[in-house]
Amino acid sequence: MKPTTRILIAAACLFMLTAYFLPLWHINLDAPQYPEGLEMKIWLNGLTGNIDQINGLNHYIGMKFISEDDFKEFKILPYVFGALTVIGIAAAIAKSRKLLWVWFIGLCLFAIVGFTDFYIWEYNYGHRLNPHAAIKVEGMNYQPPLFGYKQLLNFTAGSLPDTGGILVGIGGLLVAAALFYKPRLSLNHIK
Amino acid sequence: MKFSNYIILIPALALLAGSTMPGCKPGKAGSSVDADAAQKVYVAPGKYDEIYTFMSGGFSGQVAAYGIPSGRLLKVIPVFSQNPENGYGYSEETKPMLNTSHGFVAWDDSHHPELSKTNGEDDGRWLFINGNNTPRIARIDLTTFKTTEIIELPNIGGNHASPFCTENTEYVVGNTRFSQPLDNAGNDVPIDSYKKNFKGAVSFVKVDKETGGMKLAFQLIVPAFNYDLAHAGKGPSHDWMFFTCYNTEQANTLLEVNASQRDKDFVMAINWKKAEELILAGKGTKIPVKYAHNVYSDKTHSATSTIEKETQILDVTKFPGLVYYMPCPKSPHGVDVTPDGESIVASGKLAAVIPVFSYKKMLDAIAKKAYDGMIDGNLPVLKYEAVLRGEVKKPGLGPLHTEFDDKGFAYTTMFVSSEVVKWKVDNLEIIDRAPVFYSPGHLSIPGGDSKKPYGKYVIVMDKITKDRYLPTGPELSQAAQLFDISGNKMKLLLDFPTIGEPHYAQSIPAEKIVKNQVKFFKLADNKNAYAVKSEKETKVVRTGKRVDVYMTAMRSHLAPDNIEGIQVGDDVYIHITNLEQDWDVPHGFAIKGANNAELLIMPGETSTLKWNPYQQGIVPFYCTDFCSALHQEMQGYFRVSPAGSKVPIKFSIGVNPVTQ
Repeated sequence: MKPTTRILIAAACLFMLTAYFLPLWHINLDAPQYPEGLEMKIWLNGLTGNIDQINGLNHYIGMKFISEDDFKEFKILPYVFGALTVIGIAAAIAKSRKLLWVWFIGLCLFAIVGFTDFYIWEYNYGHRLNPHAAIKVEGMNYQPPLFGYKQLLNFTAGSLPDTGGILVGIGGLLVAAALFYKPRLSLNHIK
Repeated sequence: MKFSNYIILIPALALLAGSTMPGCKPGKAGSSVDADAAQKVYVAPGKYDEIYTFMSGGFSGQVAAYGIPSGRLLKVIPVFSQNPENGYGYSEETKPMLNTSHGFVAWDDSHHPELSKTNGEDDGRWLFINGNNTPRIARIDLTTFKTTEIIELPNIGGNHASPFCTENTEYVVGNTRFSQPLDNAGNDVPIDSYKKNFKGAVSFVKVDKETGGMKLAFQLIVPAFNYDLAHAGKGPSHDWMFFTCYNTEQANTLLEVNASQRDKDFVMAINWKKAEELILAGKGTKIPVKYAHNVYSDKTHSATSTIEKETQILDVTKFPGLVYYMPCPKSPHGVDVTPDGESIVASGKLAAVIPVFSYKKMLDAIAKKAYDGMIDGNLPVLKYEAVLRGEVKKPGLGPLHTEFDDKGFAYTTMFVSSEVVKWKVDNLEIIDRAPVFYSPGHLSIPGGDSKKPYGKYVIVMDKITKDRYLPTGPELSQAAQLFDISGNKMKLLLDFPTIGEPHYAQSIPAEKIVKNQVKFFKLADNKNAYAVKSEKETKVVRTGKRVDVYMTAMRSHLAPDNIEGIQVGDDVYIHITNLEQDWDVPHGFAIKGANNAELLIMPGETSTLKWNPYQQGIVPFYCTDFCSALHQEMQGYFRVSPAGSKVPIKFSIGVNPVTQ
């Protein structure tokens, strides 16, 4: 294993660890009467932001109250993510390309499972509406977008990575780089 | 013959025509509206004004906050008068705010707003305002725009020379416009014993540096004059407070004539620092009085009223060095201190000049004992020439008030000649004059009475409106004019109507206030004894004839909304907690036929309405503030049964499937 690869792994680990201090994802809600916007930030271990206000509004459409306690994910995620990072560190120490592959595949699975889980939650919140809700719009569901923007009645909902999420993403790219990037040999050497 | 007759007529007609020439009507001084006025006062939709201007409401008893340069009314802050629109002075929590030694006085005549100051600059923390009628000083918290404290002043007739503050808001002052015998002095005396029995009482109210809490520290007993206005010294003159006095003739009837006889009245200079030292040294005399001290808390969302029983006084004739009088031409009204604290400008409302006194010369005159007689035996009157720095000559008619800009100019209102006059502070020369509409009282420049004026605008408040706006019957609004004073010439920008009768106003750059704004009250911090923090805790409790309803308001329902078991003759207290935790979501509460008022409850706040049902029946209640899409559904019913009925207390709200 080349020193550059090990440096890439170390850098990737550092980026990954920011997930413990920075929010990964956020959902923003903008409406004419909320010029300052409402925001929900998703962390590795919980939710922050205007949850009460969002719940207050959601009761009109019969959406289930969003409560941190409903998400078992927040109890597990810090450990899963920690374990993955340990694999990365082990790969660098053991100079093992095999472990590097394990880490990379693990991260890919983590991302796929994570986004699928996020989508399922969004789908359920957006579709399982109380039939007694005050506001019922024929054919309307309130599933926020997985990524990007979507208009939900008077609200523009935006779902985008937050600082932590971006840094973790960069970390992931660095892992990929460590695996696949081979510095081009100099022309002299070929001769 | 006939022809010669006509010839004689020609010179006669010429003479007639010539004699009428000087009688031609002189042209009116036209108002010069700035060509760019529209652009300068236009605040685009969604943009903020640059300045907050706080105008007193005069006979409305309140304070109004305007945005400048647009002149938009932002809020009327209830202070001394009940306000049925939001329940101030009607709710159980705010009733104590209007308690006085005379009982519940739910109105007043508010005159002079005064922003708190730090190092002589407006700090944007609090706004003080005097009640002229029932002598009071109120403090408004500028983080919430709520009146949070009112202190009554004993021994005073009309608290007009108030509530001007010292350089670091160590004290706000009050003094009497209508001298009277001291409260405890056995008041049943002939009115014409004025000279013998009547007194003035300069009140120094200590302001707590951190909380703003007020406390009547001491009163200086001074001769019975009419004390009109005041301003504190600053910088070099930090230790002094200056008051104008008129009616130094000491008339007790037809003051219009009898108090206008002397050529000069006085500016009274008080060394408050010295008075403070004397009080600390225990020289004060404690006397029994009665005055109310009312304090509102943002934690309990309630006010308490305490009747205080004592004050400390100093008789100024017994302590030399406390008080000096500077002669001032004809019935002075405003007294204003230049930003550098070196000059004192007094405006004799019947005088032909504006005298400008020198603080340094005043100290010299005191040191050299340049006296021109004594008042009450031993209170020195300083020689006019010895204290005078100079006079602003021919300023106009009826000078009243002066404020200062950031470029070394002063601006004085002329009540009688309806104009503002700009003059240079260093050489006292008049630079410009501009007509106003009509009969101006005070004027306000942002920071215009502070050490660091912001300048840029002057707002002039007028007593007479006449033809300025669309007519509204016999009773018209008052008027305010906004001028751009950034250039050499004053340029009229805007003319707008005001609420009540603004006397003084204070203006401050908006950023000093915006940054501290409270958007809502934290429900977790709500310490009101009747607060309920969730719908689960709501209840109705009967104790004899008293019924307490613990209610919550939340978009879009009041809980409980079906209440039975109320009886005719009950005292029903409805305590409503607004559970919202978001900006700009107040809820209202109103009961059909309630004899007091409705309530507006801010998010996180608890407010109580007392209701006395007097007849049996079903009585609806509802939210009066259009809070949400389903505001019209935010309603409920009381069932009122006859006195002694067997209907039990019962309360409920339908099951809300969504919030379960």
